Order: sequence, then C-alpha cells, then structure tokens
Amino acid sequence: MADYETHEHDVLVIGAGGAGLRAAIEASAAGVRVGLVCKSLLGKAHTVMAEGGIAAALANVDERDNWKVHFTDTMRGGQYVNQWRMAELHAKEAPDRVRELEAWGAVFDRTEDGRILQRNFGGHKYPRLAHVGDRTGLEMIRTLQDHGVHRGIDVHMEHTVLSILKDGNRAVGAFGYERERGRFKIFRAKAIVLATGGIGRAYKITSNSWEYTGDGHSLAYEAGAELIDMEFVQFHPTGMVWPPSVMGILVTEGVRGEGGILTNNAGRRFMFDDIPDNYRSQTADSTEEGWRYCQGDKNARRPPELLTRDHIARSIVREIKEGRGSPHGGVYLDIAWIKERLPNAAEYIKRKLPSMYHQFKQLADIDITEQTMEVGPTTHYIMGGIHVDPDIQMSRVPGLFAAGECAAGINGANRLGGNSLSDLLVFGKRAGEFAARFAKDNSLGKIDNDKIDIVACEALAPFDRSGGENPYEIQGDLQELMQDKVGIVRTESEMQFALEQLKTLKESAGRAGVVGHREFNPGWHTALDLKNLLTASEAITRAALERKESRGAQFREDYPNKEERFAKVNTMISKAEDGSMQIRLEPLPEMPEYLRRIIEEMK
Amino acid sequence: MSEAQTVTFKIWRGDANAGAFQEYTAECSEGMVVLDAVHQIQRTQANDLACRWNCKAGKCGSCSAEVNGMPKLMCMARLSDLPLEKPITIEPMKAFPVVKDLITDVSWNFLVKRRIKPFSPRPPDAPDGTWRMQQADIDRVQEFRKCIECFLCQDVCHVLRDHQMHNKFIGPRFLIHVAALEMHPLDTEDRLEELRNTQGIGYCNITKCCTKVCPENIEITDNGIIPLKERVVDKFYDPFGWIWRGLKRRQDRQPLKPV
Repeated sequence: MADYETHEHDVLVIGAGGAGLRAAIEASAAGVRVGLVCKSLLGKAHTVMAEGGIAAALANVDERDNWKVHFTDTMRGGQYVNQWRMAELHAKEAPDRVRELEAWGAVFDRTEDGRILQRNFGGHKYPRLAHVGDRTGLEMIRTLQDHGVHRGIDVHMEHTVLSILKDGNRAVGAFGYERERGRFKIFRAKAIVLATGGIGRAYKITSNSWEYTGDGHSLAYEAGAELIDMEFVQFHPTGMVWPPSVMGILVTEGVRGEGGILTNNAGRRFMFDDIPDNYRSQTADSTEEGWRYCQGDKNARRPPELLTRDHIARSIVREIKEGRGSPHGGVYLDIAWIKERLPNAAEYIKRKLPSMYHQFKQLADIDITEQTMEVGPTTHYIMGGIHVDPDIQMSRVPGLFAAGECAAGINGANRLGGNSLSDLLVFGKRAGEFAARFAKDNSLGKIDNDKIDIVACEALAPFDRSGGENPYEIQGDLQELMQDKVGIVRTESEMQFALEQLKTLKESAGRAGVVGHREFNPGWHTALDLKNLLTASEAITRAALERKESRGAQFREDYPNKEERFAKVNTMISKAEDGSMQIRLEPLPEMPEYLRRIIEEMK
Repeated sequence: MSEAQTVTFKIWRGDANAGAFQEYTAECSEGMVVLDAVHQIQRTQANDLACRWNCKAGKCGSCSAEVNGMPKLMCMARLSDLPLEKPITIEPMKAFPVVKDLITDVSWNFLVKRRIKPFSPRPPDAPDGTWRMQQADIDRVQEFRKCIECFLCQDVCHVLRDHQMHNKFIGPRFLIHVAALEMHPLDTEDRLEELRNTQGIGYCNITKCCTKVCPENIEITDNGIIPLKERVVDKFYDPFGWIWRGLKRRQDRQPLKPV
C-alpha cells in the first residue's frame, strides 16, 4: 500500500453544515478530539441558503404554541409515516437549541418586548420560525462556525470522503482526498458522524449546489446501513424560473409567510380551489381572513398559500399543465399587492425579505415591491436518508452516526419549512453527544489496507481514460432523466424506464475520463461524484416504485390516492450480499398512547 | 442582450508557479451571469478549469474573482452589465496566493478569525435563561452579520493587496467581525487593546474601497471601522474620556432591574 497521510480523531464528522457543526461542537464539549471534514470552505455549506427560519415552539408570538402543537403539525405534514420518536424529540428540544444559538452570539429579529421574533410558515399552526430577515441559515451557520473554531476542532476544509472504512462490522475511519492537491488521506476515528446533506444534484432543476450528490446516503449504504423513505423528495413550490440561468434558485416560503399570494395567468388565487380535507378546518375561507392571519390576528386561519409544500407544488404543476401558467412556465408570486393594505409596504418588504429583493433585482431585473415574481417547483430536499436510532442517531453499523438531511425519519412523507434548521440542531447535537460517548467506550480499529488500495485505484481510473466520456455530460443526462421520469409526477412505466437508463448511465460513469492533473480538478471531482449520485437515484426510483400510492411528496399518477396498506410502513433499502439493491417494507414503530392522544386532541 | 451571442472570455489559467490568460468563447443568452459562462466553458472546453462556487445566488461568498479587473462575485455579475464586444477577463483575487486557475488560498482568513476573542454574553436577563434586546439596538449588528465572507473587501484593501501586511493587519472583513462583537448588546468582552496592536486598525486609512466592493452593501468603513477607530482613540488617547468612563462605571455598578 502507498504511504498515505493519516489523521487520528476520536470523532470524525463528515460535513460542516448546520448538523455537522453542531455535532462537532457537542462532541468536543464532551472532551473528545474532533475532526471535521467538508467539501467546501467552512461556512459555505447549504445551510447558508436556508432563508425562512428555525421552527421551534418558543411561544414568543403566540402563547398557545407548545411542543405538542409542533409535534402534531410535523406528523400531519409528514402524513403520519414519520418516526414518531424523532418528531417528539425534535418538537421538545428545538426551543433549547434556538436559545443556545442566542447564547453563542446569534442575533435574531426581535418582538416588541425584546424576545426572539417568530414568523408564520407553511403547515405550522402558529407563528413559529425564529428568523433573521430572510437569511436565517447564514446567521445559524456563522454562529456555529464562530463558536466552533474556538473549541479546538480540527477542520479539514475542501476534502471529499470516498469510503467509510470498517473493522469487521464497525466503522473505524474514512478514506478520501484533499481537493486542492488531489492527495489521498486516511482518517481514523472511533466514531463517525455523517452530516453530508442531500441529493439535489440528481435533478436538473434544483436549489442545491454542486455539493449535494448524496455522499452520506451512498457512503452509509455501501458500509451496510439502511436507507429509509427514499421516495420522498421535496420539490419546493417556489423556485425562480426566469432567466434560465437562475432556474431553480430558491424563493423563500417567507414571502408567503409575510402575505405573498400565488396567482395564475388569469389573476386567480388558485390555492383557494383545492384545500385538502385534513387542513380544511385550519385554512382561511377568504382573502380577508388570510391577510388578517399574516398580520397576526389570532382568530384568523392561515391562507392556503401556507399549506404544505407538497400540495402547493402539485397545485402549481396543475395550473401550468392546464395552460394557466406564466410566460416562462411558472405561476405568479405576488408580495407587492400588500401595498393595498400597508402604508409603507415597499419598506416593509425590503426589511423582511432583503435577500429576495436583492436576488430578483440583481438577477432578474424585477423589483418585488412593485412587480410579481415568476416561480415554479424546484428540487429542494430529501426526506429520506440513513435510518438511525431516533435517540442516539446511530445507524445499524456500529460507530456510524448520521444527522441532518442525510439522516431520515423525522419528516415522513413531507417536511414542513423551518423544520430542517431545527432538525440539524436537535439531531446534530444528539449525534455529537452519542458519538462522543461511543468513542469513549471504544478504541481505534484496524484499517484495511487492501480496501484502501482498491478505492484509490478506482478513484484514479478516470485519468487513464483521457479520451473517455465527459463526466459533466453524464451528470447532465442523469439530471434530465431524474427530472423527467422520477420527478413531481411519477408513474410505473416511466420509473421502470428510468431504472433501465440508470444501468446505462452506470456503465457510462465507468467510462468517464478526465483531463489534466490531480490538483483542484473539477472534472475529476465530478467524475467521482457520479457513483454517489447514481446510488441515490436508484434508491429513490426503487422506493418510489415500491410505494404504490400517493402520499406527501410522492405523487403517483397511476395510484393517485392514499392507500391503507401503505399508511403504516416505510420503505427500507440496503445492499445485499451480491451487491444488488434490496428493498422491503418495514412496519412503522407503534406510537405510544400519550402521543396518539395528543394527535387526536388536536385534530 | 435579448438574443444569444458568442462572447470571448480570457480566463487566467495556471498555479503558484506560472500562468497566463487563455481565450475561450461561450454562447451567452439573456440573464446569464459570469459564473454561468465559466461553467459552460468548464463543461464543454476545459473540464479541469478550477473555480469555487456553491449557492449561485450571492449568499455563500464562494465565487469571488476579478472580472475585468473588478473584484466581484461571479454569480451576481450579469453579463448584460459588461461590454461584450471586448473579451471579458476573469482572474483570481490578487490579495491571496493562487492555488490553481481562479482558486486562491484563503486559509489565512480562517486563522485570523480564530485569533479574535469570541462572543461572551452578560448573564441572562430572565430566569428562563433568555435575554431581552430591542430591534433598534441590534440593527447595526445585523448589518455587519450580513457578511458572507467572500473576502472581496480583503482583496481590494491596499494594506493587504499592495503592501501584503497580512501579519500586521486583519483587514476589513475582520474589523467588521470585531465591530459586530463589540457592538453586540449582550457582549462583555473588550477587544480594543489587540485591535490597536496586533490587529492593526491604524493601518486602515479609510479609502473606502472595501465598502465599494461589498456585495452585501455593508457600510464597512462608515458604520464599522470608523466607530471602532473612535473607540480605540477614546480608550488610549483621550484623558477626559478616560476619567469620564471611570466615573460612569461607578454609576453603572447599581444592581440590574429584574425584567
């Protein structure tokens, strides 16, 4: 075996977004040596893009809020296939995690009496999102980053992990490369936390950056962990659609939280046309009532623009499909209309939604205080991911933990806006805490040199094929395929076709070639990311085929309704002995009586 | 720019040892930004062209470069704002060592931040461990906290760019970071001593170049650096201020009112 630079840590955290940073902080507070590996520079992870806020039942704005309401909202939004224990822990612990950020220097917007202000968001019964204008993610990641750098965490920036190393059954390290110099490195650790985020780059229209190639999903799957709920991919209803180069960039739900409305090309507020039964009693009857809700009237019910994301995305697709869309294939999102109701609306919009104002002004020449925005669905988030123990966040591979978007269970079939940032904090902390505990109870394992040689050899193979296929083109083909065949509206025949095509793409990936040398070579990086993208895409497709019903984010044209036989199961994916992808249906854990009663009471 | 047109780009390619501008062309259509063109070139003509990017919406501060000589985020630089009849030059930031192509070694910035004393809040105001702050009292700090750490201000600052005084001066980004901490209503730490000495605030002579390039429109100089300079002067060079604060501190020793 070649001589590789080796680093030793007690806990190795892979990924430095909200979950990874929070896990690293917690593990280091427990007194163990922590290493943090991330693909980008510190503070650039996708958490920075989160806009709307952190959901936590602080009850600062509406005293009727508490963890039980938050729990119920999360379960209802997830169509009751969530792991109830994660939803419970999340609702109970989120307020403490937010207050902790304030103690570490975060500066949230304030209420009149000087406490943390909270705003309305889709699927949340009361104003619940602690926020900083529309740049909450930046505030959160900077707070965690600035707090973390003073805690002696070893940060390995711009490194990619290629494989989880195991000693027998247990995860004992990771093998990867430094992007800058292209050199391989070994990271030995007693416990590993995956916090790598999502899979958005598997789709053509996405709000995700180049980083989100399903690394954690694929690393865990290869290491023997299970993936749960992979069919549930969230298409955020409002991404930019024009100009083409910015297609998919997120337009925060905060626009609707502040009173923004969705209209079609006839000027009709089409969200009033189809309100799901389980939300009817909570939804406003009239424009007037919806506006009063946005203004904080506690007797008003929320406007239909604040229904869950899965439903709004589908409603938008329907409007476009039936010929009522905007010129560039979206619908209209209008916040400028509030000037009919507020004397200083333009100032209000600029203050509450500064980066949206900036983004549209600079990228689309649109002044959102005067004009409507054109928006359409964009791939945003995956509810599915690594199956973990709800309390300690460990996968079925001993020593391998996961938190944040790459882990799964809390969101069920659909995630509520704002629940992601709180998920990162609650389960990032838990993953760090229990990984540190695991590290204290275990020693460093043995490293398998043969395995490392195989991984290194595979990683360098594209250099021997300099006339090979262009990795960017293979990635582009995959994105087209997933967008067209395994997107918002799904059907058996198209997904079977996608499975076949994925095989072809896998072969193409095996022929990908790169030019140049190993130093910061994006062509090479793209070629190496293909494997993870393909694994995640296959898992999504297989799970979506298995769930023969429509629920939450999964909409099957051939099974347009919810089916009783899928109401209490999760899809579970794992790698079989022969290397093939196995899928099975796993019954949901039985919900205890006290939680069932809470849900019943709040119906 | 309503129809697609072919535009020439001169992109700096090379590493720490040597490099030169290379010419590429890209098909440019309405709404495109410089980063789109770089990606198109990377995808079709130069797979190994190195550049950093993430959010593509001006929120992460990864894709900093010099476009026609001006420090900019490539993701927010609209092609329609540039003279397209001439080649557009794109080169790495000059205040930091080149790694490869458009990528520079910005690790110095991360080391500087570690040297700045962290946030240290006063005891909580309320029994449940929370604080009370008025919005008006945090507006200024929130302005500074908009910083996305693109380091364009560092790039354009002549103390760093021309004089390479990285070991004596922390640069506008970190003066703003210190300002955000010093003006945080809950913070109790004093950072003026090192601001004056090791962090070199005196080297800034207020040319405001940093403010001009800030993609977040933070008033770096007027709202951040100048007030910090005033605080340093007050503390170290003003005897009346010194006496006045001594008296004031005595008054402040009264117990805090419960909230």
